[in-house]
Amino acid sequence: MDTKQLRELILTELCNIAPEIEKDEVPDDQDFREALELDSMDFLSLVIAVSQQTKVNIPEVDYPKVLTLNDMINYINNN
Amino acid sequence: MSFPEIKKSPLTANEHNLNDYQNTCKDFNWQVAQHHLAGNDKQLNITYEAVDRHVDEGFGEQIAIRWLSKQSQQKDISYAELKDQTSRFANILERFAIKSSDTVFGLCNRVPQLYIALLGTLKFGAVFSPLFSAFGPEPIRSRMEIGQARVLITSEALYRKKVMPWRDQLSSLELVLLYNASDNLPENCYDIDALLSRSSADFPARLCPPEQLALVHFTSGTTGKPKGAMHVHQAVLYHSISGFYALDLKPGDRYWCTADPGWVTGTSYGIIAPLCNRVCMIIDEAEFDVEHWYQLLSEQKINVWYTAPTAIRMLMKAGEEVAKKYDLSALRFIASVGEPLNPEAVVWGQKAFGIPFHDNWWQSETGGIMIANFASTAVRPGSMGKPLPGIEVAIMQKQKDGSIKPATAANEIGELALKKGWPSMFRGYLNEELRYQKCFIGDWYLTGDLAMCDNDGYYWFVGRADDVIKSSGHLIGPFEVESVLMEDPAVAEVAVIGLPDEIAGEVVKAFVALKPGHQADQALAKKLLGHARKRLGPAVAPRQIVFRQNLPKTRSGKIMRRLLKARELGLPEGDISTLESDEA
Repeated sequence: MDTKQLRELILTELCNIAPEIEKDEVPDDQDFREALELDSMDFLSLVIAVSQQTKVNIPEVDYPKVLTLNDMINYINNN
Repeated sequence: MSFPEIKKSPLTANEHNLNDYQNTCKDFNWQVAQHHLAGNDKQLNITYEAVDRHVDEGFGEQIAIRWLSKQSQQKDISYAELKDQTSRFANILERFAIKSSDTVFGLCNRVPQLYIALLGTLKFGAVFSPLFSAFGPEPIRSRMEIGQARVLITSEALYRKKVMPWRDQLSSLELVLLYNASDNLPENCYDIDALLSRSSADFPARLCPPEQLALVHFTSGTTGKPKGAMHVHQAVLYHSISGFYALDLKPGDRYWCTADPGWVTGTSYGIIAPLCNRVCMIIDEAEFDVEHWYQLLSEQKINVWYTAPTAIRMLMKAGEEVAKKYDLSALRFIASVGEPLNPEAVVWGQKAFGIPFHDNWWQSETGGIMIANFASTAVRPGSMGKPLPGIEVAIMQKQKDGSIKPATAANEIGELALKKGWPSMFRGYLNEELRYQKCFIGDWYLTGDLAMCDNDGYYWFVGRADDVIKSSGHLIGPFEVESVLMEDPAVAEVAVIGLPDEIAGEVVKAFVALKPGHQADQALAKKLLGHARKRLGPAVAPRQIVFRQNLPKTRSGKIMRRLLKARELGLPEGDISTLESDEA
């Protein structure tokens, strides 16, 4: 999966959880939760969904490393 | 979408019974209210107040009941005829040596015999308990067993189908009276119509002590057997004044309560309150049908209409243009009860009828309307309104030590509580004193409903105490979530429940039924979810939305959230005797 596909996958999962969000309004480098008014449950659901789709485990301790779109893409690519 | 307050002109306040809410409440006391009745605080009789009194006061010729049969026949019964017929029924009970402590059960369609039997039983001084005729045999049997039925009035068809197979096992049941009886009467049964025609029409209403048991209304709990809420003759004071204040009933009004008398609304406001206020009650034997209902409202020139959210939403589904085909100009006041009416429906009343629906709140246990939107006061769509004169309401927080404390700030959620002592308050659950005592803490009856009170004294329903969802530390009222989902034009019905969640405690799940012509697909689910999240924020909005063809509902139209929840969790379904239409 290249970066573009990965980006699309994350955005798709994000919009499944929070359908009020348009993909093109998701910032690259801003905390999802602040920028998009996601709560902790939303964020958790996103992490679980992305983990399942990519088969990359994201342990709880690493959550701070995946708080932005670019960080999450990098994290998955590096693991 | 916000719903602005619907104001009422102060210039028209004097046209209504309750023309000055604040001062009426301030000056209210029960001794003065007692003057609404002919009886006094030592002895009275519900049927005397509802029927005989009007004849004695010279209004015998006025129509009490206009009955419309399924075949569209019309039969008028004047107050004098109703006095005559109820006396005949009381004499039948006398002839069969029925005692005042005995209970007469009614399992009837909406036919005149039901009204005659209920009022005749109360005139005699015995106890009446109505059953819904669409009940299956099991809920009928369990209620008659709990109530130790001595007499049953029903049709021959209902009797053969739902009672005859197990009658012998109910030893208390001695007298079975059948209407619409054939020449080939079942064993140990009597033809009530024949008995009435031969019976004497002379039976003065028996004056009873105010605390004498008069009515038993069965209601379902979350768990356990049905509960028989007991009401006494003194309740008639409250029936009378609540009909006057909350429904704005005036002598001679054409009044239609669509509730079946098998339920408490159909008794308190489908028989007793309207007759006490000397109206002409329209009784429609037929079932709901959009065009039929509009036709009835128009042709019968209904002035006051008391109906239920399910029906209103079905009318809404058909569109207000159907209403526009009819002359509904006689309608003066329209009200709703059964479950909270969503604000869209309140406002829709204005489009279709030129007046909003007035929601009100009460329970079997309260015997009468406790909180209401009144004809003369502003309506806040979605609110149940304000307490009736004489009713003291509080929002209570239960403390760790088991005591209660009233909410200190506006919009604080707590349990809706009523200061005990109003006349139609239930006096017990039949044979279940402990269950009754558990409903009270100190001077307060705890209703089991969660609500809040805004800055201006309007009460807002939040949910049943046991339906409320706690998610990530937030208390979430299902009604609030449901109302937002209802805003989408595709949605017909919604039920929201809390499902256990490892992380959040509970998460919100919504079950949605769509109107015809809408496709239940992923795109719509996402649209609804997005809408709810936008309106409510992620902490309150559902995490899951699933579609159903239909949601499980009680006979009175309440969606049974607890049943959906039990099924989701694989738990026992509990008492489902009130289930009318199941999910699909």
